[in-house]
Amino acid sequence: MDNMQFDLLTLLPEMVVLAMAMFILLLDLFILPQNRFIIYGLSQFTLFAAAFFTFKTHTPAVGFAFNHMFIDDTLADVIKLMMYLGTSLIFVYTRKYLQDRNLYRGEFYAMVLFGLLGMMIMVSGHSMLTIYMGLELLSLCLYSLVAFDRDNKQASEAAMKYFVLGALASGMLLYGMSMLYGMTGSLDVADIANSIMQHQGKSPVMIMGLVFVVAGIAFKFGAVPFQMWVPDVYQGAPTPMTLIIGSVPKLAAYAMTVRLLVQGLHPLAQDWQDMMLLMAVLSIVIGNFSAIVQTNLKRMLAYSTISHVGFIMFGFMSANANGFASSFFYISTYVLMSIAGFGIILLLSRQGFEAEQIDDLKGLNQKNPWIAFLMLIIMFSMAGIPPTVGFYAKFTVLQAAWQAGFTWAVVSAVLMAVIGAFYYLNIVRKMYFDAPVGSQVAITAPMDMRFILSVHALGLLGLGLFPESLLGVCGRSLLMSLQ
Amino acid sequence: MVGLSHYLILGALMFGISVIGIFLNRKNVIILLMAIELMLLAVNLNFIAFSHYLNDIAGQVFVFFILTVAAAESAIGLAILVVLFRNLRTINVDDLDQLKG
Repeated sequence: MDNMQFDLLTLLPEMVVLAMAMFILLLDLFILPQNRFIIYGLSQFTLFAAAFFTFKTHTPAVGFAFNHMFIDDTLADVIKLMMYLGTSLIFVYTRKYLQDRNLYRGEFYAMVLFGLLGMMIMVSGHSMLTIYMGLELLSLCLYSLVAFDRDNKQASEAAMKYFVLGALASGMLLYGMSMLYGMTGSLDVADIANSIMQHQGKSPVMIMGLVFVVAGIAFKFGAVPFQMWVPDVYQGAPTPMTLIIGSVPKLAAYAMTVRLLVQGLHPLAQDWQDMMLLMAVLSIVIGNFSAIVQTNLKRMLAYSTISHVGFIMFGFMSANANGFASSFFYISTYVLMSIAGFGIILLLSRQGFEAEQIDDLKGLNQKNPWIAFLMLIIMFSMAGIPPTVGFYAKFTVLQAAWQAGFTWAVVSAVLMAVIGAFYYLNIVRKMYFDAPVGSQVAITAPMDMRFILSVHALGLLGLGLFPESLLGVCGRSLLMSLQ
Repeated sequence: MVGLSHYLILGALMFGISVIGIFLNRKNVIILLMAIELMLLAVNLNFIAFSHYLNDIAGQVFVFFILTVAAAESAIGLAILVVLFRNLRTINVDDLDQLKG
């Protein structure tokens, strides 16, 4: 035990989130329902405090804790800061919706914070054990969040499907991990890489382990052929939960992929490159074609997520630092876009009315020109139309893949992106050129949500005009971690 | 003599049965939960076999964590099952068909 160095300072943000999540869970029992804003404020404060400590304890050097099971490098810190921002936006956008539907409870905030803790552990996991534990903590919170509205038939069905397929994915990931452990004799990510490098030869068991790990990762991302849970869960879950599932956990999935495939299994890159290529192209094709025929906005966004995941895999497929950095840039902008997109759905829905159908957006420009304009920016960004940030994200990813020599894949992705623009622009057409349906009803969302959502959507435009800063942060943090 | 490969084959068989159980089962949601448990047990068997073979304790420690997580996971799975039954009055897998498109 003497080689165990307890540098607890590296774990400070995690400890803050853990302590506050438990405190919020307990405090909620003792306060009256009309005082629940305290819980909300404390949750936002927790994120702020965690961000403060993450920023304060950041050093360019790589820190380890718990016998190299926990790593604190620049990549982890940057991803964590993005997660706090995303979670904070989620809290702002979901508050009104939860209040309207009697879901405004302390458990929601505690559960999201526990999920955030799971994601933080995933991001900082340097051993298959810690990555798995973080993943499970996140998944268990997400399963119960989907079933949170317990009288909702659709939500309970979605929760069951999500649970079964999510557990299947964890099982596959674990099965792959057990084979990698058996072949390399270690759970540590760096030791696995060293062991594979030394032995050179690839045994069939090792390749099988790799296949199962990639399948598990693809399941968590929602890439074809493991995408079947995504549309059902996105549509069936209450919109705040869809917002949570579709945004911040993608960052954690990215980090998990970097730790397992890039840092751990980089010597096998040639093998997982082919799998990534297949999944990337299939995801973009199937995601985009399925999204065109949807009438439900959440289901359409689910298929659009699948195609975005395809683009993220394009970056991984290049298997060089440039590609991983472009993936990172893509995923961070995608998280911002999807939070803004679902934020608009939450903004338009009110008590007894869900703005879930694409037809609910008809004539939005006449009812509320400002919100229609924000939605226009978000849709342009998702479609990848310049000068929004979505364009640069797609551009950098495809550029990396082009340089790595995947010419036909890049060409097909560009074609698919053009086809994909159809369903985003269809929404814009309905908002601006169709007559509004139903009576004029004022938007009841509070001022802070409207203001932050406006800044957020305009930020997508601003990031598109000045992408260098975020691009630079993504590239530098990744390079510092891969050394 | 029972060697490592026997354990791995048994683990692979258990894993295969559980995957088949998840995809072919059209009757009862509880069977899905059982299949998930079986899958985790197959993984545990793999880990213990490798751990013994490698003379390395880490694999067995991992198994303890998996067992704990499996308990938490089935608790949540059964809780979702109760919610599902209260809402739909059925736990037939074929009746989970409201979400389509």
